[in-house]
Amino acid sequence: MSKPCFLSSTIGRKVIAAISGLALVGFIVVHLAGNLTLLLPDGGAAFNAYAHKLASLGPLLWVARAGLLIFFLAHVLLAIGVRLDEKRARPDGYALKASKGGPSKQTLSSRSMLVTGLVILLFIPFHVWMFTLNKGTPHAMVEVHGTLVKDVYLAVVTAFKDPVKAWSYVAVMLLLGFHLRHGFWSAFQSLGVLRPKWTPALYTVAFVFAALMAVGFIALPVYMLYFGPNPETLRVAVAGH
Amino acid sequence: MKFNVKVWRQSGPNAKGGFKQYAVDGILPEMSLLEMLDVLNEQLTKQGEEPVAFDSDCREGICGTCGLVVDGMAHGSRLKCTTCELRMRHFVDGGTVTIEPFRAKSFPVIKDLVVDRGAFDRIMAAGGYVSVNAGSAPDANAVLVPKDIAEKAMDSAACIGCGACVAACPNASASLFVSAKITQFSLLPQGQAERERRALRMVGQMDQEGFGNCSNHAECEAACPKGISISNIATMRREYMRAARLHEERAEAGGGG
Ligand code: HEM
Ligand code: FES
Repeated sequence: MSKPCFLSSTIGRKVIAAISGLALVGFIVVHLAGNLTLLLPDGGAAFNAYAHKLASLGPLLWVARAGLLIFFLAHVLLAIGVRLDEKRARPDGYALKASKGGPSKQTLSSRSMLVTGLVILLFIPFHVWMFTLNKGTPHAMVEVHGTLVKDVYLAVVTAFKDPVKAWSYVAVMLLLGFHLRHGFWSAFQSLGVLRPKWTPALYTVAFVFAALMAVGFIALPVYMLYFGPNPETLRVAVAGH
Repeated sequence: MKFNVKVWRQSGPNAKGGFKQYAVDGILPEMSLLEMLDVLNEQLTKQGEEPVAFDSDCREGICGTCGLVVDGMAHGSRLKCTTCELRMRHFVDGGTVTIEPFRAKSFPVIKDLVVDRGAFDRIMAAGGYVSVNAGSAPDANAVLVPKDIAEKAMDSAACIGCGACVAACPNASASLFVSAKITQFSLLPQGQAERERRALRMVGQMDQEGFGNCSNHAECEAACPKGISISNIATMRREYMRAARLHEERAEAGGGG
């Protein structure tokens, strides 16, 4: 028989989409955990220390970034490919289309994976531009535990005082929640690890997980916009660069 | 009961199709949707119009021949129900019933509501069988199958191959059908000889036929008249990964796949 090509098969492509999706899930969990230190009432000391630690990983940081980029590209390419099948495999659509309910897991979330994914894709360059490259946000150094580090906290506080930026973040993070509501559960089904009796439980867990992620990421800009410190007076005592 | 039936008419595989509306009267609530179409066809024949072509055979939900998309749902709105078992009492008297063929590139329309499901036959031919010694029938129970395994295999074997999973899937994926067949054989001792080859070949044929990929919407499970679970799809993925791995190993050891 002809040699099967795992990666070009429908199943292989789903497996890669799932593995890369879960890797991205791992990333956002760590990312949120780190970002939640923004909420500590310590003038950003914990957050800046965390950002400094990341930045001082040196080559390791670049390895992590390269890994993330590869997973991201793999995920985007394969996931888009899966969705393009919709048109290819059914060129003539139905006049009427409805879900039958019951065991169906077809939801707004499952139907809009491509849209929510694409919004995240468009969002990431802005995000990197603003916080990683620190463009359009104030540059400053601040002392944390005796060392002078980049004041990322000030950049975040300043950015989110702008209601347009803050509410755009809220919107994108809401869509991330939708992406995860179907994605988290779906990945396990794609990897074939689900036993029938686990499916309902995992489907519920996915909802809770997606909601936690969305609420966590949404809390940050909302908090900064309405309750965060005033960036003008935040660092009066510290000499800026 | 009476209905306004909006039905897809297409005179041949390459002809351009379109919806036509017909009024039917004198329908009994216990009639099936197909019997309602029978009444309509009698009416059309009397009027000298071509009757609506549709597939059916057993009309008792066991053969898998019938299959229509009714009001946007494969086999209509009832769970675990074939089109032939769908009763008119479930519809609103005087309302409109929209009837379309199963739609997928791999299920081309032959005429009106009849589609060519030959793709399923080719997938079965690729690996949906077991090899047995020809000759006298083996003794009953010569091959032991534990009860729970037999039950599980039976759940998968309940698939009647109607194609509603493809029709209902937003991506027109045949994953539920193929996974039910692969799962059924993979559980039974009789299916072991071709286990890996079967998984690779049936999935390969499924892909070659041009069915879409699976996005885990689980709409297929809802549409399936036999309630085949999407856990079969999870099993198929495991079987495929296992087969791909073993295939590599055997190829390295110099054997055939
Ligand atoms: C933080 C970023 C992201 C995370 C955590 C994430 C996570 C996931 C997960 C876990 C899945 C399920 C995979 C499967 O069932 O096989 C998934 C599916 C999907 N993702 Fe993402 N994703 C992210 C970004 C993106 C981006 C940027 C796109 C861009 C188009 C995208 C498009 C999709 C699509 C279309 C699917 C559905 C695939 C299908 O129908 O099977 N995702 N995502
Ligand atoms: S005609 Fe046999 S299942 Fe409907």
